Amino acid sequence: MRLSYPSSIKIIRVPCTGKVDILHILRAFEKGADGVYAVGCMEGDCHFNSGNFRARKRVEQAKKLLETVGVGGERVQMFNLSSAEGPRFAEYAREMDQRIRDLGPSPIKLAMKKAA
Amino acid sequence: MTTKTPSKLEKILAEGHLAVTSEVGPPRGSDPKHIEEKGRLIKNHVDAINITDNQTSVTRMCSLAACIRLKLMGLEPVLQMVTRDRNRIALQSDILGAASYDIHNILCLSGDHQSFGDCANGQNVHDIDSMQLIQTVRRMRDEGKFLGGADIDRPPRMFVGAAENPFADPFEIRVPRLAKKIAAGVEFIQTQCIYNLDKFELWIKLARERGLTEKVHILAGVTPMKSVGMARYMKNRVPGMDVPDDVIKRMAGVPKEKQPQEGIDICVETIERLKAVEGVHGFHIMAIEWEEKVAEIVERAGLFPRPVVEN
Amino acid sequence: MIVADKKPIEEIIQQVEAYRNVLILGCNECVTVCEAGGKKEVGILASALRMYFINNGKDMRIDEITLERQCDHEYLEEIRDRIDPYDAVVSLACGVGVQFMAEKYLSKPVYPGVNTCFLGVTEKRGLWTERCQACGQCILANTAGICPVSRCAKRILNGPCGGSSKGKCEINKDLDCAWQLIVDRLKALGRMDDYEKLFSIKDWSTDRAGGPRKVVREDVQI
Repeated sequence: MRLSYPSSIKIIRVPCTGKVDILHILRAFEKGADGVYAVGCMEGDCHFNSGNFRARKRVEQAKKLLETVGVGGERVQMFNLSSAEGPRFAEYAREMDQRIRDLGPSPIKLAMKKAA
Repeated sequence: MTTKTPSKLEKILAEGHLAVTSEVGPPRGSDPKHIEEKGRLIKNHVDAINITDNQTSVTRMCSLAACIRLKLMGLEPVLQMVTRDRNRIALQSDILGAASYDIHNILCLSGDHQSFGDCANGQNVHDIDSMQLIQTVRRMRDEGKFLGGADIDRPPRMFVGAAENPFADPFEIRVPRLAKKIAAGVEFIQTQCIYNLDKFELWIKLARERGLTEKVHILAGVTPMKSVGMARYMKNRVPGMDVPDDVIKRMAGVPKEKQPQEGIDICVETIERLKAVEGVHGFHIMAIEWEEKVAEIVERAGLFPRPVVEN
Repeated sequence: MIVADKKPIEEIIQQVEAYRNVLILGCNECVTVCEAGGKKEVGILASALRMYFINNGKDMRIDEITLERQCDHEYLEEIRDRIDPYDAVVSLACGVGVQFMAEKYLSKPVYPGVNTCFLGVTEKRGLWTERCQACGQCILANTAGICPVSRCAKRILNGPCGGSSKGKCEINKDLDCAWQLIVDRLKALGRMDDYEKLFSIKDWSTDRAGGPRKVVREDVQI
């Protein structure tokens, strides 16, 4: 569709969001990511049955942990759409980009910079 | 019918009278006057008085001490003993303590779970269960032996009772359970309070058919309700309690100030109907915190005056 | 299997915040199955702890190792020559593993990362329930395969009590009454006559009451 979305977004493609492990999310933040989000199929329409439900649970778990350790649960999010919805994908990308800009850089990133 | 103990309750039942017992809950403190007052209120209208044992797991003065107090007043106590709080050493020990004051009646129970009471985080014991406690008391009395095998000096002479709940689930084992308690050695039963008369009569009929009503004295439990709120609470919140809808309707059908009297009327009618049921050998009137109504209930049910027995 | 549950991370942070080099040690057996202390949980805990301490300006080294078990000498010995750099270990094994670790590595403080709960089954993923309390004298032959010691809240051997209501225990309406289960199974097996057999008083000396227990098998000792 050649719609544009913010260049701050780095895409990692997986066959299903069910493949995303909570450890992937945590390690991303450990390495300095300011935000992480997963985009999966509409609930009830998962191409592989229930992978997106598992992803949602893992995102929730990550949210809690990130909140507890002071990184901030709002930096991680789950989105659902159908693979035909190009405009919505761009919309979510913009939404997440804006949210993270408002939150500022991840405290981990700041602390790592300071330590260096 | 001969008696095995000096128990007045046993004697009354042995002579074929309908027995009447009631119960008193000890205070949440050490003041003996509560026990004395309640004992005095009901003493002429009952044959024996149960003292509950930390009922609903709420810590109170112990049953043993309260029973001793009643005994010293010249009344006939029934020591209720739960297996929740004491191991077999303490149970046997308390039985001897009671026997040293010539307390001649004991009711063997498991006890409500401690999560209901004021020490929900505590340990529970349940070293032996209520049926094994029945066996223990019988062994102490009839063989004069401790569980460990040694001889008891001046064995306890106690009339052994237990509770039974015809309304608990599953219904199909309620009569086999009664049979089991009889095999364990129980001599009298006090039932959970009865509102569902049809179900109770079915239970006792099945027991009769097995010949059980000739082997044990069953005292039917009754409790007068103070209000429709109490009736609903018992129906919905108390496990093992069966309160039929038409009883609730009847209580709800009278204005609030008349409900206590309606509750007493229902209680008296229940006793009257149960008097005619074969196998019912008496009544256990549980009017906790309403002991002043026991007299009225006993008199209106035609159970006053109480028979006098030789000691 | 032994079922354990993760300790809250706040508790673990309190345990280790005074140290600088911490090892998170997982176990590949029971705690892996109940998703509390296996390799994955070690990774998650380590990652979260690292982020916490970076955030709080603390320079902490947090490493991860998962052993096959922590209740056998040979597996715990595997870290003998790797453990020097650490000033504390958080073991995600059950209470057995934590203690054995402490016994074998006297100079290393060991902290528990999970709460050990009971011996039980996986009813379904994410739901584990108790089945056995290791009383030492198994009576399952007489109770149609259902244990009243572990599944009856009052461990009544001649049950049920008067609080059994619609097949549920008086303490919690989601908890099955063990004696209802036993009766149902006796019925299914055509052994309802067994119900009236009186269970005699249990010998609790092989249970916790008798003191810390042991099993000796001379026939397999070398």
